[in-house]
Order: sequence, then structure tokens, then C-alpha cells
Amino acid sequence: MPIQYYIYLSLALFSIGIIGVLTRRNAIIVFMCIELMLNSVNLLLVAFSKMHLAFATANDKLATTVGTDGQLFVFFIMVVAAAEVSVGLAIIVMLYRNTHSVDINFLNRLKN
Amino acid sequence: MSKLVYLIPLFPLLGFLINGLGRKQLSKSLIGIVGSGAVLASFVVSVLVFLDVKSNGASVVTLFPFIDVKGLVIPFAFQVDQLSSLFLLIITGIGFLIHLYSTAYMHEEENQHYGRYFAYLNLFVFSMLLLILGSNYVIMFIGWEGVGLCSYLLIGYWFKNNDYNYAAKKAFIMNRIGDLGFLLAVFWLIFKLGTATYTDVFSAASLAKLSAFDITAITTLLFVGAMGKSAQIPLYTWLPDAMAGPTPVSALIHAATMVTAGIYMIARSNILYTMAPGTQTLVAIVGLSTAIFAATIALKQNDIKKVLAYSTVSQLGYMFLGLGVGAYTGAVFHVMTHAFFKALLFLGAGSVIHAMHHEQDIRKMGGLKKHLPITHITFLLACLAIAGIPPFSGFFSKDEILMAAYGKNPLYYYVGLGGALMTAFYMFRLYTLTFLGGFRGTHEQEHHLHESPAAMTIPLIVLAFLSVVGGLIGIPELFAKDAHSLEHFLAPIFAGSAAIAEAHHVEASQEWILLGVSTVLIIAVIVYAVNSFKKYQADGAENSGVAKLLENKWYVDELYNAVIVNPLHLLAGFFKNIIEKNLIDGAVNGVGRLVGYGSRQLRLIQSGQVGNYLIIMVLAIVVFILIWFNDLTIVYYLTRLFKMA
Repeated sequence: MPIQYYIYLSLALFSIGIIGVLTRRNAIIVFMCIELMLNSVNLLLVAFSKMHLAFATANDKLATTVGTDGQLFVFFIMVVAAAEVSVGLAIIVMLYRNTHSVDINFLNRLKN
Repeated sequence: MSKLVYLIPLFPLLGFLINGLGRKQLSKSLIGIVGSGAVLASFVVSVLVFLDVKSNGASVVTLFPFIDVKGLVIPFAFQVDQLSSLFLLIITGIGFLIHLYSTAYMHEEENQHYGRYFAYLNLFVFSMLLLILGSNYVIMFIGWEGVGLCSYLLIGYWFKNNDYNYAAKKAFIMNRIGDLGFLLAVFWLIFKLGTATYTDVFSAASLAKLSAFDITAITTLLFVGAMGKSAQIPLYTWLPDAMAGPTPVSALIHAATMVTAGIYMIARSNILYTMAPGTQTLVAIVGLSTAIFAATIALKQNDIKKVLAYSTVSQLGYMFLGLGVGAYTGAVFHVMTHAFFKALLFLGAGSVIHAMHHEQDIRKMGGLKKHLPITHITFLLACLAIAGIPPFSGFFSKDEILMAAYGKNPLYYYVGLGGALMTAFYMFRLYTLTFLGGFRGTHEQEHHLHESPAAMTIPLIVLAFLSVVGGLIGIPELFAKDAHSLEHFLAPIFAGSAAIAEAHHVEASQEWILLGVSTVLIIAVIVYAVNSFKKYQADGAENSGVAKLLENKWYVDELYNAVIVNPLHLLAGFFKNIIEKNLIDGAVNGVGRLVGYGSRQLRLIQSGQVGNYLIIMVLAIVVFILIWFNDLTIVYYLTRLFKMA
């Protein structure tokens, strides 16, 4: 499959993520959109690493480890995202307990 | 022996540290012993160094590298040669006598001020020794500044008196003006030659590596420095005001240290000056006019120390005349003899002031001859020496300068002789008013008149002896063949100049006539002065005409105040009231207000709305990316991406 398709999909996912973050007021949906952006980047990383490997093996049969660092990045991002989700969701739960709302427009106590 | 030369300035430095730090703990006698002992130790080493130089010749002792940057090396080195070893003897020898004298003179001071006094005195001697010993202009400049600082500290020693503080500031500022000239000359030398070491500079100058303009400018700037330090027109007014300090300090400033620095510097740079005839003429004319000008002022002063101060300015003028006409040996010779008799005069005056309970007005003295026998005799000898009566020391040195001046231009001689006659007149006016006639002070003062203690009279006797016989090391050719031992001793220093400039010889018969006539004239003036003031009674009449002009020192201080000081005050007031209040304060407050206003506006951005923050964040990221790829690369990649599809 040409690399362009992966790029289009990633661009679409990332744009959806940004628009969601900017427009939605529900904290959980904002959160989901952030995850969406992270995963679009993951997708792009995996796609490029596969492409890189394909080009390398075409020139040299023994170059079997080329591009693996891109996939390693993906694992890192997934681990960080998981940790972030656990903290973020905990914050949202505490938020709901205190304010009975998850609307981010209410969260303006930090101003001034 | 020359290796030990570093000990010479080290002793006074140690004395300064001990007395300065321990002035509250040490007892007065201990302070006096440390202060005088340090200088005595220097004197002993100086004598050894002098004898060494006399038998083994000159050398340079390098202690450590002082400044070493690319292309410019200035070592901390000492020049041990005939000229510096001679000055070492004068400074430490007379300095020691003045220290000894001070132990008695300053004895009424409180303990800690007594310690402070000796600490300053030692620092003064240290700075002067550094100035003399340095083997390049930079080290000389350190000492040059040091003596300026110490003169400030000592003139303002009684700092509770505001007038004295003013005099101290005046001395310091006048010196700074001269120092600027000196500093510029040193920079010029380093810029042109890349070195400030004497030997390199002089050899480069003799090899004509400096253009005539450079040499003239450098020597003129150096001379400006000498004007400040050695009190020549137009920077001389600080020296008479320097009388505010204790009397031994005046003796130190006027005789052994400070004012001789300018003479030393020019004598040291004699080759440069010989190669710049224009500057030499300037030096001679400034020296001569200072000699005359100060002598006229001294005629009418009534403060015993003021008369002596103006006589110093006048004598320094003679030394510069000597330097200007190429009589370097004569100038150095006069420095030496002048150091003897001027130190003696000041210390004698101190003895008189001590006996008179701090009365300095000679109109209220008189008849002190029978009360102060030792002071009287020594003072008389010093007066004879400064007036130039043979065979006292002043005769030989002054005669040598005047003869050289006659050889250069007879006009110099006649004007100089006029100054010498005035010197004889005002010195014997001073002597007669102080020691002869009847006592004119109060009865209480007369009752308390007493000869000073031995610590004060011994220096007087030693200096009187030197004043009488000091001239015998420079007997002119006229009297005896090859008897001028000083000239032979200093010949290596001035050899370069002697090779360039032809000597002006005066015919022996003519010299005899000039000598005879001048001596007769001086004696006549002395007799006239003694006769006219012997029966002096204060009549309280105001002076008028020229006399008033002279009594008020030609109104030079007033002129300086009107032309320089007051406009400066006005300018300072303008800056203080207009520029600072409006411009500076306005700018500072304006910046404050701007920040306050800006932050009040910026505060509105912090709305607390998470959505707003996110939008700003995204926009900022977009902007940063656009800035990063500001050459439209991003557009190029995007179009390629979609074209390939």
C-alpha cells in the first residue's frame, strides 16, 4: 500500500483530534481526542518505519533491523499515554465528585 | 646586593600594615619605633644598594611578571641605577629624619590617630619608592598614583576641619588632571612601541622609531603629569593649600617625596626630552615663569608655612628650568640640595609653630632667637643655603642651573637671577620677622616659649649639616678640575642626551663675573631685607596696589574659581535639577509605568477558560512551525504529497 494513504489517514485523525480538543466542552471527549492525536502519530511512525525497512532490504538483504527505532517510539508513546490516561481520568473523577460536572468551561478557578 | 632592592619598599609597606591595622592596640612609642624603624631599615638597604651601584654599575631586578597579554609584557621590575639609587638615599634618608621628628611633633595626638598618621607616612614613602624604583612607566604610575592618594590622606589628616578637607580634595583633583596627561603619554608609548620599559623605550627613541610629532606629544603629555605632581603653572595652586596637613607632612611632600616625582620622571626620560626641543623650550618657560610667579607671591605672605610653600613652587620652577635647558645633572643636584634645606626649613618652621602653640602668622612672632637657639641657627643656615650664598649647598646647584640657562639663552639667566634675588628677599624677611627684633605675640605665648625636644632638634642639626656641605659634591669646573663628583656619578644616565645635544659652555671669565655680581646682589638684598624688617611692628594698615595683589596670590584661586570651578558647579546644578529630575527620573519611572500598564493588559489573557488556553496553544504551535519552515518548505511538501495521490 502506498505510504500516502497512511499519511492521509494520520492527517485526518490528527485534525479530528485537534478540532475535538478545541470545540468540545466535555472533559472526557477532549481526553479522547488527545488520545486520537497521539495514536495518529503512532500510526505514522509505524508506517514510516515499515517503509524505511522496505527500502533498506531492497538494497541490502541483511539490513533486517532498519527502522525498528520508529516502532520503539510507538511503544514509548503508548506507555506514556497509558500513564497519562490513568492520571487524567483520576483527575476527571475527582472533578466530577467536587463539581458534579465535567464541563471544562466551569474549570476557571485558576484565573487571575 | 642589588637583589635585595625589593626590601627597600617592603619595609615601609610592612610599617604601614602594622601601624594601620594595630593603631588601636599598639602604644604610641611602639608606633613611633615601627614607623621610623621601617624607613631607617630602608635607608640602610638604600645605602648598601647605592654603594653597590657605585662600584658595580646599574642593573634591573625583575621580581615577577605584572601584566603579560598578547604582545605587551610589563614586568614588575626595579631599575637600580645611579639616578634611582640617589633618589632612594634622599627619600629614605630625609624620610627617616621626618619620621623621627614626627614622633615628637605629633605626640599630642590620640593613640589611634597617631597610628594612622604613621601608617599614612609609611605608605607615602612606600609609594614614592615604588615610583623611583619601577623599571617602566606603568610601575612608576602605580607609585605616582600612590603619592597622590597619600598626599590627599595626609593633607586631610585633621579631617574634622572642613577647610582642610577642601585643601585635600583640591590637591587630589589637581593631581588627577596631571595624571591624565601622564596616563595618555604612557598609552601613546605603548600604542606606538608596544612597551613601557625604560630601556626599550629609550633605545627605540634613539633609533628614531618615533616620529618627531609622537615624541613631542608624548613628552608634552608627560610634562602635564609633572606639572600636576610638581606644582607648576597652571596646576600649582594645590601645593600652598597642602599646608593644611601637619608640618612634617609638608616637609615630606616638599622635600623628599611627591614634588620631586615630576623632576625624577623627566630626568629619567631625558633622552625623549632632548629629542623634542619644542617641549624642552616649553618646560624651560613654564619652569621659569613658575619660579618668578611663585617668588612674587612669597614676598607678601604672612603665614610661615605659606612662604615656604611658595618658595618650594619657585624652586621647583628652577629645577624645571634646568631640565628645560638640558642641565639634567643640575636639576637632580638641585632636587637633592633643595631636599636638604627645604626639609630643614619646614621642620624648623614646625619647631617654631610647636613653640608658639600653633601660631603661624609671622607678624605675631619675632625675637625667637634667644628662646629657640638650635632652631634659629639651623633655620639661618637653611636660609643662607636657599638664598644661594657660597659655599652653602644651594649656591652650587642653583648656579649650575643658571649657568646652563645662560648658555642656552642669556634672557633665561637674567629672569632667573631676578627670581633668586626675590628668594633671598622673602627668605630673609621670613627669618627676620620670626627670629630677630622684639616678640610681638601675647605674654602667655612668650611665657611658654621653649626649645623643642631632642627628637626634633637632632633632625634639624643633621639637615643643617647636609645643607651646608651638601653642595660640595657638585663643585663646578670653574673652581676645581673634575671636582663635580655628582656629574661623574650620573653620567651614564644622561649619556644619551649628552651625545645628542651640544653642551653650552660659558666662558670662564664671564662665569666669574656672573657669579660675583649675583653673589654681591644677593648679599645686598639680604642686608636690605634684614634692615627693613628688623624693627617691624604690625601697624594693621591694609596693603594696596601691587602689594595687595601679591598678598592675595594674584587672585589665581579666585580666577580658577570663576573660570573653572563655578561653571562646573553651574553645570552640575543644571544636571542635578533639570536633567536628572526630568530626563533620568522620567525615563526610570516611565519604564516602571510601562511595565505596570503592560502587565495589567496581559493579565486579561489569563481567563481561566481551558478552551482559550488550548486555542492559544494550537495557534502558537502553528506559528512556530511556520516560523521554523519560513521558506515555504511545508507548502512544497504538502503539494507534493497531494500530487502523488
